Amino acid sequence: MPVIADAPGFRTRRLRGFSPAAGWRVVLFAVAALASAPLAVIFASYLTPADDVWRHFASTILGELIFNTVVLALAVGAASAVIGVGLAWLVAVCEFPGRRLFSWALILPLAIPAYVIAFVVVGLFDFTGPLQTWLRSATGSSLTWLPEVRSRGGIIVVMTLALYPYVYLLARNAFRTQGKRMLEAGRILGLSSLGAFVHVALPMARPWIAAGLSLVLMETLADFGAVSVFNYDTLTIGIYKAWYGLFSLTAASQIASILVLVALVVLLLEQYTRSRMRFTGSGASGEAPRMVLTGWHRWAAVGACSAVLAAAFVIPVVQLVIWAARIAAEDLDARYLSYLWRTLFLAGLAAAAVCGVSLLLGYATRKHGDLASRLALRVATLGYAVPGAVLAVGIFICFAWLDSRIPDWLRETTGLPPGALLQGSVLAMVTAYLIRFLAVGFGPIESALHRITRSVEEAAVSLGQAGWRLVARIHLPMLRRGMAAGAILVFVDVMKEMPITLMTRPFGWDTLAVRIFELTSEGQWERAALPAVVLVIAGVVPLVQLTRASE
Amino acid sequence: MNPLIEIDSIHAAYGDHQVIAGLSLRLQSGDIGCLLGPSGCGKTTVLRCIAGFERINDGEIRLSGQTVSSDRMHVAPEGRRVGMVFQDYALFPHLTVEQNIGFGLRGVEMAAKVSRIEELLEITGLGPTRGSYPHELSGGQQQRVALARALAPKPELLLLDEPFSNLDVELRERLSLEVRDILKQQHSTALMVTHDQHEAFAVADEIGIMADGRIQQWDTAYNIYHRPANRFVADFVGQGVFIPGTIGGSGHVEIELGILNGEIHLPAASCGYFNGEIDVLLRPDDVVHDDTSTMKATVAHKAFRGAEILYTLRLPSGSKVLALVPSHHNHALGADIGIRLEADHVIAFPRRQ
Repeated sequence: MPVIADAPGFRTRRLRGFSPAAGWRVVLFAVAALASAPLAVIFASYLTPADDVWRHFASTILGELIFNTVVLALAVGAASAVIGVGLAWLVAVCEFPGRRLFSWALILPLAIPAYVIAFVVVGLFDFTGPLQTWLRSATGSSLTWLPEVRSRGGIIVVMTLALYPYVYLLARNAFRTQGKRMLEAGRILGLSSLGAFVHVALPMARPWIAAGLSLVLMETLADFGAVSVFNYDTLTIGIYKAWYGLFSLTAASQIASILVLVALVVLLLEQYTRSRMRFTGSGASGEAPRMVLTGWHRWAAVGACSAVLAAAFVIPVVQLVIWAARIAAEDLDARYLSYLWRTLFLAGLAAAAVCGVSLLLGYATRKHGDLASRLALRVATLGYAVPGAVLAVGIFICFAWLDSRIPDWLRETTGLPPGALLQGSVLAMVTAYLIRFLAVGFGPIESALHRITRSVEEAAVSLGQAGWRLVARIHLPMLRRGMAAGAILVFVDVMKEMPITLMTRPFGWDTLAVRIFELTSEGQWERAALPAVVLVIAGVVPLVQLTRASE
Repeated sequence: MNPLIEIDSIHAAYGDHQVIAGLSLRLQSGDIGCLLGPSGCGKTTVLRCIAGFERINDGEIRLSGQTVSSDRMHVAPEGRRVGMVFQDYALFPHLTVEQNIGFGLRGVEMAAKVSRIEELLEITGLGPTRGSYPHELSGGQQQRVALARALAPKPELLLLDEPFSNLDVELRERLSLEVRDILKQQHSTALMVTHDQHEAFAVADEIGIMADGRIQQWDTAYNIYHRPANRFVADFVGQGVFIPGTIGGSGHVEIELGILNGEIHLPAASCGYFNGEIDVLLRPDDVVHDDTSTMKATVAHKAFRGAEILYTLRLPSGSKVLALVPSHHNHALGADIGIRLEADHVIAFPRRQ
């Protein structure tokens, strides 16, 4: 889950004469360099002459890939904005039966990876799926007039169902925390309660809505699993096909560079809105009285919430459970234990790496608040905006280069095998995870660090507890919760991650997500339900944490 | 007896910005001192230098005769036996009241530690909240935990940085007296920093008025109010206005309101070229309302204060004076009322050219 907001800054100011160790600055710049290396090598691919694969791509399907990607992003963004803001308005401002339940239940679709909703929908509505089979037997006709589910419209609907909660969550919280003061000011100036919402609440919430929207756009651009289920060719699919279908790493990285440019546009939108997410109504006191819906309005509200909840969460989960239960007896064997073990191992390793690096970054930014250090921190944590497929290619190239730099004499004396040593290793995978999910783990750890104010530290020092005692008695206890939160978020994100895992895993290192990819690419929806159930259960954990934190 | 703190003309700067410029002070063991000054005058930086959180560029700080800071040496804060109460209290959010108080008692044997915590809980009245976490306490309780925590290891010197600024006025007055009692009972030597003169007057034995990184006057509250060393101190402490006057040949002072016969205090610091033209400081209590007086002044403003009314009165010449009058003498704006001077001692400064 990407980081949603920055905590307020905390910097130490020192009298002249103090020269803090420069080591922390080195940490910042090293992580920033690590995070930007994959992007650098991707753009460096233009330095090598274009090969036939790239020319083939460029002259045939590249235009279509770009068009598909942009259309998908725009359509999913627009639909998520409408659904997200609409639902947020209903539950934050209106009163209708079941509002409290819907208020948190509508976030639940975040627990299901988009590729899981995608294959459930395809499995349900496909020609051989239960719905069409039943309709055919009931009506006796061949139903050729039904629209094909694996279409552009289909993938737009699926991605919207999976991603609208980002907009919903941020918009709902924005509406809720505005408090009634502003709305009352609007009313006293002559607006109706609906008018006050449109002219006061909505404009005030705009930065949050835009932030939610940019998260939706980032996830849409980065998506690999859902579009592959729908055979909808986007740039991420292009990267995969160029690499694994046509074996051209150069073409893959050139396609990746185009995707990065598109992602950059979204990133700029996100950074711009983030700088504007400052005007919370600090004088916000109490919630505004809700608009009580009556007559058909209230049932329309209930209907809208139920429909979205059913389509995005209830039906997919029920279908998954039915399939999983049917298949469990024959499919659940020792192999699953090894899939699960590898998934947990990788997620745990990545979570530990992210926590460690986040701590280093956090301490480093405490020591250095100058412009260069702040920029380095930004660069170091930008990985969340880079699609996983791009990172996979970039990291692979970096590690391949490192492999080629291992001198022969070292190989001979140490007995290292020739060729691939680092590329396609667990180290490469975890490095890619680290870059991609660093911001996710850094957020909670950074805000925990902010709570250790300068005076708290000084109080401990003035009571004789400096150095390691300060770390043990103040820092660790106060950071524990932030570190746990960061670790859990990263853990779950890595469990669900598909493109990086698929493209950089060592031979035979199949995880649950890889298993889902393999089964769905063969159209075995029922068998894919078994690993998907595990991922959905894991996905609920951060949601519980999130709602607990916001309540 | 040697003073507990000795500060000899220290200098400190943030970057190019000079914050402390040659400040000196002494404080005897068992006394409570206070640095009083407008915000930004560098008073908190003085505390932070004494605590060892900031270094000094020049001068020397000694605690009980031992040098702890100079331009060449710097004893770490944890090695100074100095306690500190922070403006935001800086309570440890993950520890209970009891654990907060006991935090600095590391290495003390268990029985002694427990009895010290009990003693502090007792004198601060925090007993019932011993198991609570800081966020569950009121502002006044948090303040007392911060004080108890700082006192627990029996520091040689206690520093208090604007300790009452986060409290409401009523609580501030009560707590400042309570804190003074606790400090005296513990025989603590303390140095406090504040911008609120009532707080300084209530708590401190000696007060230093600070401006421009220097101490303008180090004295008792009485002397600072009645014998200010310079114009800044006269202006900053208490209320009052300056009105022009002259010194006659026989040493008496003549102003618009008449001749002042009291003791004349003309601070030496401001002597220089001087032709007898002076500005006389009139406090609101120097001007007395008297219906029988022939001298009249017009009410320009009035501020009701409960027991008294503070009148701003316009003299015939146009200059203004303040008068504190019992509040049953309620006069309307624009009314002419009789006044009389009743100043035992006169504070005057050479006229500003």
